[in-house]
Formats: sequence, C-alpha cells, structure tokens
Amino acid sequence: MIALLLGACGSDEPRVAQGNRQGILHFGNGTEPQGLDPHVVTGIPEMHVIVTLFEGLVTKNPHTLEPEPGVAKRWNISEDGLTVTFHLNDSAKWSNGDPVTAYDFVWSWQRALSPKMGNQYAYMLYPVKNAEAFATGEITDFSDVGVTATDAQTLVVTLNAPTPYFIQLMDHQSTYPVHRQTIEKFGNAFDRFTPWTRVENIVSNGAFRLTDWKLNRRIEVTKSDTYWDRDKVALNGVVFYPTENISTEERMFRVGQLHRTESIPLDKIPVYRAMQDSPYINSPYLGTYYYLFNTSKPPLDNLNVRKALSLAIDRRRLTETVMHGSTLPAYSITPPGTLGYEPPKVFEHDVEQARELLAQAGYPNGKGWPGLELVYNTSESHLKVAVALQQMWKDALNIDITLANEEWKVYLDTVDQMDFQMARRGWIGDYVDPNNFLDLFLCDGGNNSTGFCDPVYDDMILQQAPRATTREARYATFQAAETRLMEQMPIVPIYTYTSNHLVQPGVRGMSSNVMDWINFKYISLDQDQGTVD
Amino acid sequence: MSTTSINALVDAEQGSSLWRDAWLRLSRNRPALAGFAVLTLFVLVAILTPWVAPYDYAQQNLELGATPPSADHWLGTDIFGRDLLTQIMYGGRISLAVGFIATAVALLIGVSWGAIAGYMGGRIDAVMMRLVDILYALPFMIFIVLLMVVFGRNMLLLFLAIGAVEWLTMARIMRAQVQSLRQQEFVEAAVSLGLSPLAIIWRHVIPNALGPIIVYTTLTVPSVMLLEAFLSFLGLGVQPPETSWGLLISFGTETMEEYPWLLFFPGLVLAITLFALNFLGDGLRDALDVRGAKD
Amino acid sequence: MWRFIGSRLLQAIPVLLVVITVTFFLVRVAPGGPFSSEKAVTPEVKAALEAQYRLDRPVLEQYIAYLGDLIRGDLGPSFKYPGRSVNELIAAGFPVTAELALYALLVALLIGVGAGVVASLRPNTAQDYIPMSAAMIGICIPSLLLGPLLILVFGIYLDWLPVSGWGDMPGDKILPAITLGAVYAAYIARLSRAGMLEVMTQDYIRTARAKGIPEWRVVVVHGLRGGLTPVVAFLGPAFAGLLSGSFVVETIFQVPGLGRFYVQAAFNRDYTMILGATVFLSSLIVVFNLLSDVLNAWMNPRLRSRAGQNT
Repeated sequence: MIALLLGACGSDEPRVAQGNRQGILHFGNGTEPQGLDPHVVTGIPEMHVIVTLFEGLVTKNPHTLEPEPGVAKRWNISEDGLTVTFHLNDSAKWSNGDPVTAYDFVWSWQRALSPKMGNQYAYMLYPVKNAEAFATGEITDFSDVGVTATDAQTLVVTLNAPTPYFIQLMDHQSTYPVHRQTIEKFGNAFDRFTPWTRVENIVSNGAFRLTDWKLNRRIEVTKSDTYWDRDKVALNGVVFYPTENISTEERMFRVGQLHRTESIPLDKIPVYRAMQDSPYINSPYLGTYYYLFNTSKPPLDNLNVRKALSLAIDRRRLTETVMHGSTLPAYSITPPGTLGYEPPKVFEHDVEQARELLAQAGYPNGKGWPGLELVYNTSESHLKVAVALQQMWKDALNIDITLANEEWKVYLDTVDQMDFQMARRGWIGDYVDPNNFLDLFLCDGGNNSTGFCDPVYDDMILQQAPRATTREARYATFQAAETRLMEQMPIVPIYTYTSNHLVQPGVRGMSSNVMDWINFKYISLDQDQGTVD
Repeated sequence: MSTTSINALVDAEQGSSLWRDAWLRLSRNRPALAGFAVLTLFVLVAILTPWVAPYDYAQQNLELGATPPSADHWLGTDIFGRDLLTQIMYGGRISLAVGFIATAVALLIGVSWGAIAGYMGGRIDAVMMRLVDILYALPFMIFIVLLMVVFGRNMLLLFLAIGAVEWLTMARIMRAQVQSLRQQEFVEAAVSLGLSPLAIIWRHVIPNALGPIIVYTTLTVPSVMLLEAFLSFLGLGVQPPETSWGLLISFGTETMEEYPWLLFFPGLVLAITLFALNFLGDGLRDALDVRGAKD
Repeated sequence: MWRFIGSRLLQAIPVLLVVITVTFFLVRVAPGGPFSSEKAVTPEVKAALEAQYRLDRPVLEQYIAYLGDLIRGDLGPSFKYPGRSVNELIAAGFPVTAELALYALLVALLIGVGAGVVASLRPNTAQDYIPMSAAMIGICIPSLLLGPLLILVFGIYLDWLPVSGWGDMPGDKILPAITLGAVYAAYIARLSRAGMLEVMTQDYIRTARAKGIPEWRVVVVHGLRGGLTPVVAFLGPAFAGLLSGSFVVETIFQVPGLGRFYVQAAFNRDYTMILGATVFLSSLIVVFNLLSDVLNAWMNPRLRSRAGQNT
C-alpha cells in the first residue's frame, strides 16, 4: 500500500532494478569525458568509456591483470626479447563490419605518435624502436619506426631493448586501433579536432558501440553485434553519468540510480561499512599520496629536517581516524604488491628520533624554527590530511607549519616552478611496474619537482635495471634504488591510495585490482537483486 | 553673514534634528533594539574569545573524533575532536569582521558611486554605470585568482575582493533612488540656493535614499559571510586551523547526515545574525523615513 | 522610447568590447594554462597543443584573430573538449540553464510576492513577521545547503522526488527550481512588502475603498499594479543573476546547464569557453536590464517621460 502511494507520487522503479532486468549497467563516471578519441584524451572517466568502445591487441584479466587475447589471438616474443609478433584474430571486426587488420594498427600507431596530435600518452609506445624519435619530430618517416604489418593478420614490432611490461602496454588506449576511413572522412586524420567520435560518426572495434552522448548528461553504449567475442558479453549496455559532486553521486546510489559510484565521501565510509552485505568496496590502488620537499630551499635543504618531519608522522593514526581506514600507511614511493615487487621500509614512526634529528638540525624542541608552508590544492580530503599532520608536527616537534590551499591550476603552476617549500602530490601508476614510480625522481624527471638529483640513482634506474636478466635481479636493483631514495627523503610518503566504490549487490564480475581496471565484457547483472537500502 | 553660511547653519540644525528624531524613534522600536543587543553581544564575544573560549581551537583529539553535544563539549566536537563552540567563537571573529568591514567598504564605494552617477546624470552617469556593467560581467573567479597572484594572500585582499563585487549592486540601487529624488522639491530648492552638488548629495540626497540601502545592506552581510567561504576555497581567506562560520557551514553540509550538529550550530548562529541585522535594519529604515513618520 | 532603447544598445557595444578585451588578457595572465596537468606534459606535446590553438602566436595577433572570429559569430574551439566548439557547448547548456532560471524565477515570484503582500496587509503583526521570516530563510541558507537538505527530505526520506537529473525522470525539475529560486524569493518578498506598504496609503487606494470596492479587489487590482513596480525593476537583474548564478544548483542536481560549463571552464583555464560564456552572458545581462527598464517605464507612467529624456 505504501509502495503504491509512493509510486503514485511520481517515483518510478529505481533505475538500478530496471537495469538489472534489462542488462543495462548504470555507471557513475566522475566527470564528463573530454572526448572519446583514444589518441587524444587522458583521464580515467574517458578511459572507462573508451575501453568499452575499443579493444587493443591484448586486454587484461580483471583478476590477475595478466594480458589475455584481444584483437591478437596470440603473440610470441623472440629469444633476444627484441621482436614481438602479434597474430590477429581474423574474426575481429569494426562496428561497420570491416575486419580489423594489422595495417589498421600500423596506421593508428602512426597517428598516436605523430607530433601534431599532441598525444600525452605517446610515450606508451616509446619502447618501440624509433617511436620516440618520430614522436619528437627527429625523424619524419614512419617506416623507420619498428612496427610493420607483414600481412593483414600479422603485426611485427621491434623494440629498443627488452621490455618486460611491453605486452601490458598493448592494452593502453594510446595503442588502440582507430578506423582510418572514418577519421579521414571527418577531417584531417592528424588533427585533434575532428568530430569522428560523435555518435552519428564513430566506428569502433570494442565489445560495445556508442549509441547516445548528451554532454554533461549521459553517455550510452550498447552491446556490439560485430565484436568477435560477443557471446561472452553479458551486458546489453552501459550508461555513464558524469558525477562531479561526490555527495550527489552517493545520493544517486542510495536511491538506486547508479550501480556503481566512482568514489565515496570520506565520512560516509563508516556508515556503509557497517551495513550488512556492504556495498562499499575498498582495495589497494596503484598510487601513492605524498608531500614533496623542496630540497633547494631552507629549512628543507637539511636532510635531518626532512627526516624529522617524516618520522614524526603517525601514518597509522592518520589513516585509521581521519581517513576511516580507507587508505594504507605508506613508507615508500612504490605501492606494495606491484606485480610481486615489495618496496623497502627504511624508517618508521619514531617521535624520539624525530626530535633528536630536529635538534641536530639546529632546532631543539622547535627553537628557532623558521616556519614552513605546505601548499595543497583545494579539496576536502587534502585539507583533512594537512590539518591532522599540522597538529602532529606541532605535538611531536613543537614546530608550526602553515597551510596554504590553492586552486588546482594555480597549484600545478606552483609545483611546476618549485615555488614552494612543501607541497602535496599524488602519483597514480600508468602501468604495473616499479619503474613507473621510481623514474619520477630522475634528475631531469618532468615530475620530480623536489630538486633531488643523484647520479648513482639515475644510473641504477636507467642503466642497471633494464640490463637485469631476471625479474628478481631487476627488482633487487629497484629496491636498492628506492632505499637510496628514501634515505635522502626528498618526499614524505603518506599513504597508499585505495579505490573506493559503492557497488549494488546485483553487479557480478566487477573484480578489484590495483589498477582499478574494469573489463566490462565480464560484468553481468543479477536480475533478482534489488538495491541497497 | 553670507547667505551660504546661513544655509549651512540651517542645514546643520535640520541635520541634527533629523538624526535626533531618528534615534528617538529607533529607541522605541523593540525588535530593532533586540537586534542591536544581539549583534553587540556577538561582537563582544568575538573580541573576548581568546580569553573566554573553553578550549584551544587548534587542539585535536583524533581518537575522539566527531561527538554530539555533551557536558564537556556543549556543542559537540568536529571530526578532529576539536570543540565546536570554540570553533564557532573563533570563526565569529573572522566572519563578523569580514561581514561588517567588507560590507562597509561596499557601502562606501557603492553609495558614493551611485549617488554621484544618479545626481550628475547625462554622460558622467552613462560612463560610470557602464563601468559597473563591465565589472559585473568579468569572470569573478579568474579575477580573484589573479588578485591573489599579484598581491599574495592576505586578509586585506579578502575584504577588498568582497567589497569589490558587492558595491556594484549598491551603486545601482543608490543611483535609482537618487534619480527619483533629484526631481523632488527639496533638492531643487537646495540647488536654487546655490549649494555645491557634493554638499547636496551628502546632506540631502543620501540621507533620503538610505531606506533601500539599509535593507540591502542587512541582506548583504550574511551573503558576504558565505562568499568568504567560497573565496577560502579559491585559496584567499582563512587557512586552517583558523576557521569562519562560512567554512564551518560548508564543511557541516558535507556531513549533515552523520554529524548534524556540525551544520546546525554554525547555521543557527548565522541565522540569528541575519535576523538581528534585519530587525535593526528595518528599525533604522523606519526611523529615518521622514514620510513614514509623518503618516 | 525607441531612442532610449537604441542609445542603450549603442552603449552596450563599448561595454562588451571592454569586457572581451579585459577577459581575454585576464585569462592569459592567470596562473596555470589550459594544458597544465598533474602529469607533466613533454615540451613537444605542449608545443603541438599550443600550435593547434594559435597560442604560439603573439598575444596581440591572437586577440585580433579572436575578434575577427567573434564578428563572424565563431567563438572558437574549446580547449577542454577537443572537437567541440564553444558555440556548441553554449547551445547545449544554455537552454537548460534558461529553463531552470525561468522556473526558479516563477518560484521566487510565487513565494516572494505571496509573502510580501500578505505581510504588508497587517504590518508589524504576526501576519507580517512569520511570512517574512520564512522568506528570509532563503538568504541565510545558501543553495549549497538548501539543495542537499531538500534532497534528503523529499528525495531520500520521503522518496517523493528524484535526487538528481534534468528531464530524465518526472518531477526532477522541481527541487532545483526551488533551491535556485529561494534566495531571490527573500529579496522579492522584501521589495513587494515595501512597495505594497507605500501604495496602500496612496489616495487612489483610499478612493477605491471609499467607493465600497471589496478589499481583496482593492489589493489585487489596484494595489498590486503600483506595489509591484520595484519587483518588476528587480526582475531583469534577478533573471540575469539566476542565469549566471546557477552553477551550484546545477552541480548539486547534475543539471547539464551552462553554469557548470562556465565554472569548469574557469577551473580548466579553457580560454575560449571562458571568453565565449562571458560574452554570451554579458550580452544577455545587457538585454535583460534594458527589458526591465522598459517594462518598468511602461508600468509606471510617471517614469515614462523621464526614461525618454535620460541618458
């Protein structure tokens, strides 16, 4: 009776229950994608839509993240590790029925690498011979780049050096094939502006095809009937919603408008966690939250000050109280468990030692402390971390830290120009390998921003590690390098990111992994399930 | 004695009796007096906060976290375990200062600008008001970000930035008032007596146009306090652990289901301020409204 | 009257030109460019991007090129959304914002005039204080708070209305309109109360009453026309304010309007979008202020002749 009355008030069946019946996944996607051209856009919301529409040579197993067949049904790597041959699946089709060929890949990689495109992820292809030279304009003839199609089904790639993670990169959007005729029909193929990704124009090769795109409202993809593995695809479609405001997103989830949220407000975590059959999913993520020290400015040019600040932080207390246990304490830049790599732990929370170090630096019990400013970009969670740390430093070392929040773009400028003493930073891995974190702190690393420069460290990352013949040897080199890095403390690691989502009980096959990577092809909906109350 | 000095004398007398009558009328208006009393109390508490606040505003107790009102913490604690009453008291220092000072800046610029434009009319009016139009149209956020880059972050800039946007509407209201007043007999009489335009504006026009300005001002103070929270978001304004009512409210909004007291009490204080201002404002307007008094 | 409108429109041209010029240079001096991002962009990529948007040319040349495009009605390509023009973004967002603003204005008028008129009938009694206080709440509860509050009550606890969206589900336009209109309801309530108080003491009202016309007719027919003059004068600026101030409400309710595009553009340093939206909105504001002045003059015959003389 009550349900009837409510129904009469204009409240329909929740979208989620309807979706469960129709096989449509309603997906909270963060922000409105900038676009859907795999060679142009970079963000995570964009990626979510693009992986439904396109497929690379390989795709990832959502549990193990190991590569599995995509457009390529198999591949072999030569003995010296320098040549990779991909054998394409001859039933791989574009959404207009054209076959996906090795020639498509050669042309697409040329597009992805061509300097005019301004593709920020062009470097994903840099392990390929001469790819970097082509992308930076040093050479202009693409036939010198190490990729050729020997026939429609065979793609041969030549590498600069053995690259253990190369196959993994073949799942990155920057290496995806795009449909040449379509792109050329709607303008210059090497122009960022062409409207070829619009609903009425796009031709793609993924498990889904684009069927609706209303700006700032919804993007809808529908199961493709030309996809080679269509029998395995359980969903009939996915609808992506731009949900910039995380509180709004949580409310949409609560009334059954979304199957899955992109994030969850910090203070809602305890509420959802306490639920029976909690929809709250929390798992380690390939990213580290840290503060940058500007080692070229006093007082942080003093190693003892840097160490004192780092040792004085009670990371466990921070993550358990303020973050409600949604993140993990971090003591190194590389997150734990990146494909078997365990980062070294060279220090721990130790207030006594921190005080001693500060005294050695000339500020016994904070006496004579010149003051220190922490810059962070405006956000509630950054603010909370900063406020908690400010007090921890005050309690442990009796020193004052002033906080300064900046609007996002201003903050980026500040960090880029190293116009700060201490600044918040986060790094999310693009691929699962310690290299992706450790090469941040090379002397000329574009994201170094600390003034840290150690030739020995550079040599370990650039020369020794790539020459290692086994995974163990390579990881050992990385560990030695990371120990060296953390002993000089150009950054304070604070916590390891986790992915935090709310997922309705009817969703199956959305497994957690450190990339927070979703393979939509394996997702199904249980039509007997309702929504979370 | 010259005619001008006689006029000045007459004016002065008229002026003083106008203000005296107004004060008399105001002191008979109970809601207005109550509003005045509440505001005075708030200001007093704000001034005395460092001595009377029950806790240290920055001292955290992470393990305690957010707790509802209790005997130890009358208004509860925030997520860092800090005493909310103390936070509100310290926040009041900033919010009241911002509310009153920034509004005063806006009032001063807006009223003079609008009065001059409205009184002068013609080309001067057109140029002055088009300048207002231009300032209205500029993207405010970019403007603030730039101001910060040029001048660095400080409280003075905060007052300036808020004053700089709020005076625009004041100027428009004032101009409209002055335009209609300019046609009235007493202004024309003053003109024929040879008083300078500035003197006429200050002595005759502005006091008579104050009604709507007062009403608008009482509405401006609370919105200025909330604007401060937005500016803090852009990085201008207060930095933690310092706080303001606007910031407390915007943080409280995020957790209104889990910790409703964090929203309720700061909101209540802001609402009380608004109503007090309103009653006082209405009282002032009625007191100054010569026509209304005659009726 | 026509001369008045013509001269105001002429005055708008230099105003818009100054707005465009100042904004153009303002966004370019503001820290952080459209292409700065957390992961540093290589110099080659940056150069390629800047070349595509003419950012590698001298600023003056960019400015002149922009003005040239503008005259042809082309607001340029968006920086944030490659492949989309600013014209397209405005065309997508503006109708939604305009609809929202219109509903909000209706809500504000309904609540504001209602409260104001009722209050003015018995000034300084409970019938005055209660509706006025209620209307006043709109000012001290910012949209940022009123929106979530309404959603919690009507969307979640009572489950009567959708919590977000625009035109996706029946009734999803109600809460955004109320939230946005609430602030203006307070202003309108004050204006209409003051206006009514003044009018109801005028001679022609006394005459009407003396003729034995029923009180409700006196109020509705004779009182409202004069008493609402200040409200009408406020409508233009109010509608303009609603159009440019809908960002918070649009974000809370996931309304795909221009406000969201505009503010995001400012955060993203999407130069062309900031400029385009500024030009578009300021032209609208000019038009609405003018309309409101014209309407005001028409409603208030005493002003009509003056409007012709002035400016």
